[in-house]
Amino acid sequence: MEKRKIAVIGDPSSVMIYKAVGFDVFYETEKAQIEQRIHKLAEGGYVIIYITETAAQLVQEVINMYATATFPAIIPIPAGTKSLGLGMKRIKSNVEKAVGADILFKEG
Amino acid sequence: MATNINPTRMELTRLKNRLATAVRGHKLLKDKRDEMVRQFMIYIRRNNDLRQKMEAHLLAVSKNFSKARAEMGYLSMSEALLYPARSAEFEVGEKNVMSVDVPTITYTGATEEDTTEVPYSFAFTSSYLDSSVMDLTKYLPELLELAEVEKTCNMLADEIEKTRRRVNALEYVMIPEMQTNIKFITMKLAENDRASTVRLMKAKEMMNK
Repeated sequence: MEKRKIAVIGDPSSVMIYKAVGFDVFYETEKAQIEQRIHKLAEGGYVIIYITETAAQLVQEVINMYATATFPAIIPIPAGTKSLGLGMKRIKSNVEKAVGADILFKEG
Repeated sequence: MATNINPTRMELTRLKNRLATAVRGHKLLKDKRDEMVRQFMIYIRRNNDLRQKMEAHLLAVSKNFSKARAEMGYLSMSEALLYPARSAEFEVGEKNVMSVDVPTITYTGATEEDTTEVPYSFAFTSSYLDSSVMDLTKYLPELLELAEVEKTCNMLADEIEKTRRRVNALEYVMIPEMQTNIKFITMKLAENDRASTVRLMKAKEMMNK
C-alpha cells in the first residue's frame, strides 16, 4: 500500500472547493489542455482524476483510453447547478456492455 | 472447413486432443463469465447507488459554494482556499476480482471529529463556504469509494465482453469446426478401410479363379 494523489480538473468556479479537502486542483477548460493534463497526471502517478462533466464531454476519447488501465480512475463529477447525467450514462453503457441489455434501470 | 485436412490417424488424434482442450476451455470460460457477471451486478448496483447519492451531495455542495462565491468574490475565495485544511490521505492497493486487477482505495484521512476544521479564518469568509467545505469533507470517503467502484465496474465490463467473445468463438466456431473435421477424417479413414478390404477380396477372388 503506497500513498498517492488525487487530482481534480475543471473550470475554476466549480472545482476550487476541492482544494479545501486536499486534492490537487487544475483549472483547464480547453480540450487540448485537458487532454494534455490528463496524460501528464496519469504519468505523474495520480490515482483518481475527478473531472467535471463539462470537461469530460470534451475529452471522451482520452477517458476511454484510460478506462481499461488499473490507474488512474477518471471519474466524471457534476459541476455547477445540475448534473448532465454523464456518470449515469457511463453506468448504463457498462451494464449494456457486460450483460448485453440494460437490466439495471428497468427493474425499478 | 474440411478441405485442407490430412485424413491421417495422426491428424485425427491431434484434432481429438484439441477438441477435448477446447471443450474444457469453453466450460471454464463460461463459468468465469457467469461468475464475473454475478460480481459485476453486485458492483454495478453499488455504483448506481453511490453515484446517485454523490451527485445529489455534490450538487448541494456546489450550490452552497456558488452562494459563497457570490458573497465573497473570486479573489478572497481563492485566498481562503489557498492552503488545504488537510491532505486527502488514502491508501491504494490492487485487488484481484476474477483475474482482473482492480484498484482498492481506502480513505485514511480525517475522521468524523475533525471534519469541522476549515483552512481559513471565519472573519472574512461566508458561512456558505464553511458548510460546503464541511459537507465535502464528510462525503470524501464516499467520493473515493465511488471512484473505486466505478473503475471496478469499467474494468469488469470490459473483461466480461472479452470473455464472452472468447466463449462464443469457442462455442460457435472452433468446436463445431473441429467436430466436422474429426467426422471428415473418420469417414475418410473408414472409406479407405472399406476400399482396401474390397481390393483384398477382389484379389482373393482373382487368385481363386
